Amino acid sequence: MIDVVYFAWVRERIGTPRETVESNAATVADLIAELTAREARYAAAFADVTAIRVAVDQELSDFDAPLAGVREVAFFPPMTGG
Amino acid sequence: MGVRVQSDPFDAGAELTAFTAAVSGAGAAGQAGAIVSFTGLVRGDNALNALEIEHYPAMTKPAIEAMVADAGDRWSLTDALVIHRHGRLEVGQAIMMVATAAPHRRAAFEAADFLMDYLKSRAPFWKKEIGQGGEAWVDAKATDEDDLKRWSV
Repeated sequence: MIDVVYFAWVRERIGTPRETVESNAATVADLIAELTAREARYAAAFADVTAIRVAVDQELSDFDAPLAGVREVAFFPPMTGG
Repeated sequence: MGVRVQSDPFDAGAELTAFTAAVSGAGAAGQAGAIVSFTGLVRGDNALNALEIEHYPAMTKPAIEAMVADAGDRWSLTDALVIHRHGRLEVGQAIMMVATAAPHRRAAFEAADFLMDYLKSRAPFWKKEIGQGGEAWVDAKATDEDDLKRWSV
């Protein structure tokens, strides 16, 4: 079980800010593949992964990051603070 | 070192006055010789009415605190302050401010510049423009990533 959170247009395309998913994904990239295979709204959100950033347990990370022991994964577009 | 992430408006002038008092007043070690501050405002171009800023509450403050600690070490800051708002902001309101205090001016300027570049591209905020023609997420700019590269050693 892993908590997955979404922000900005990723959240809007998927249609929820947060969900808990049953997953055996070994890496972030595997989790994206699992979600994309699930429903069209995920495929729409992850259609261009170059536009997606990821945080693993609230730390910026990358698609190769392992998910063993991870509680929360966040997907969002490039940040626009400041 | 202080970091505040808030939806409420703030008075950048009053914040700078308080920051100055803290780094120069009785009880401070008298190490600061320079203070630099930057305030970012909601600019009213493109028929913009307001900004809606989303953030990642569990991550935002720790991420900014890590940036401030990094800047503090790198430029030997005597103090630093970052305030960043989220939620709905009207044109003309302050979005965020950075203040840095250091023994000499160059360190204070550079640390403030570094913190601004990191807040733009590495703090988990997302701006949505709300205008007369509708709403649109603000795209990150390639130039913002280029700005970050200035700081890698």
